[in-house]
Amino acid sequence: MGAGHVHPLHRPGDSPVHRLPPQVKIVAALLAVLAVVATPREVPLAFAVHLLVLLAVWRVAGIPVRWFATRAVIELPFVVLAVLLPFAGGTPRVHVLGTSLSVGGLYAAFNILAKGTLGVLVSLTLAATTPLRDLVLGLQRLRAPAIVTTIATLMLRYLDVIAGEARRMRLARVARGHDPRFVFQAGATARGMGSLFIRSYERGERVHLAMLSRGWTGVLPEHGRAASPAQWLAALAPAALMALVAAVAWWVR
Amino acid sequence: MVGAVNAAAALSVRGLSFAYPDGRVALSGVDLLVERGERVALLGPNGAGKTTLALHLNGVLMPASGTVVVTGLPVRRENLREIRRRVGLVFQDPDDQLFMPTVADDVAFGPANFGVRGAQLEQRVVQALAAVGMVSHADRSPLHLSGGQRRRVALATVLACEPDILVLDEPSANLEPVARRELAETLAELDTTMLMITHDLPYTAQLCPRSVIMDDGVVVADGPTRELLADAALLAKHRLELPWGFAL
Repeated sequence: MGAGHVHPLHRPGDSPVHRLPPQVKIVAALLAVLAVVATPREVPLAFAVHLLVLLAVWRVAGIPVRWFATRAVIELPFVVLAVLLPFAGGTPRVHVLGTSLSVGGLYAAFNILAKGTLGVLVSLTLAATTPLRDLVLGLQRLRAPAIVTTIATLMLRYLDVIAGEARRMRLARVARGHDPRFVFQAGATARGMGSLFIRSYERGERVHLAMLSRGWTGVLPEHGRAASPAQWLAALAPAALMALVAAVAWWVR
Repeated sequence: MVGAVNAAAALSVRGLSFAYPDGRVALSGVDLLVERGERVALLGPNGAGKTTLALHLNGVLMPASGTVVVTGLPVRRENLREIRRRVGLVFQDPDDQLFMPTVADDVAFGPANFGVRGAQLEQRVVQALAAVGMVSHADRSPLHLSGGQRRRVALATVLACEPDILVLDEPSANLEPVARRELAETLAELDTTMLMITHDLPYTAQLCPRSVIMDDGVVVADGPTRELLADAALLAKHRLELPWGFAL
């Protein structure tokens, strides 16, 4: 795909994973997340195998583990909650280093931590190997409602335009001596947001008129290419493996 | 045989009136005839109704009374698709027009809506981009283009629809001098019928042999550009004036 719309979670490349059509990657990622969520929390080994599968996919995609590690910190706020659970949970309790911990709480914490991390890592894998534009194309090929893909396409295009507008308005405020340091000085910023909203609304109207003028009927022209059975097989293999791991974990639990 | 004359005309507007929902009357009886192949400038002060008229030409707005006929086809709901193919509207702000992730996608949007597919669509895209000298930028995002380049791509998105009449809203606004001249050269090479809304009188003199002045929702003058621009009293009456140091 063309340049532009580089997002911080995307790592351009030409690996077999990058080259897969976006629609198969979206389906594969969704299945992988479902497999992770369905894995019983009492079998920690299963989560280790899930991670191994992901490591293999990253290897093929040629993306270093560190790259994912730094981006997975997005998960941190959720992990904080998990850390509290062993202290807050009920009986039975175990004593570790003189601290009383709830067994149920420990499992719950591990469950959130393991599934959350793996889920984030799967999403990051999809994002790292697929440009935003292709994600929208993939959704389109998966027959997502036209309104959803249209909104996503327009959002991709206009996010930067609106951010630019907001930046110019802020500069104009600052240039006139506005220097908000305290909450009670935030009024001008709030009013700026209000007028930004109205300007964006008006722009939306003009964009719509311009689209109508070029014969738009509510559906974006379809792009992208169909995926071959081999591509489906290749993309779904890791997800299928993870589903198998989840099933075995239920069996041995 | 008025009908026969109109059928030959690229654009025929008769007694066109329109008021916005808030009651503001924008057009009160506009008459305008543009022959095929003509390049006509539409001049007038802010709020004269120029852009409102342009939005009627492809049926984005529907007249309260009066008629608009484009190369023989009246603007009515059942004809809208064909009307919008025949009338190409280039909006003032290219950011309103260019909404797809890449230049090529955007140029393909119009013709794809009008049913062009496959190799023919690709050919249309290349031809339109070639006409404005932007082929090498086909895969870039419109965000990463300069103002002048965006304006040329916006023009290409409409040219790709192969319109019978091209309507441009302030094509030279916000352009640096070189980009303004380059756009003029591009426009001068097109043989499409053209209606150009502008405040840029030198641009008018350069590109359009005929000019129409609108004020207060009606056409107040219509004639050879040089004659109109030389009539200082007429220009002053409608808040128009040549830039400092410019004389015809």
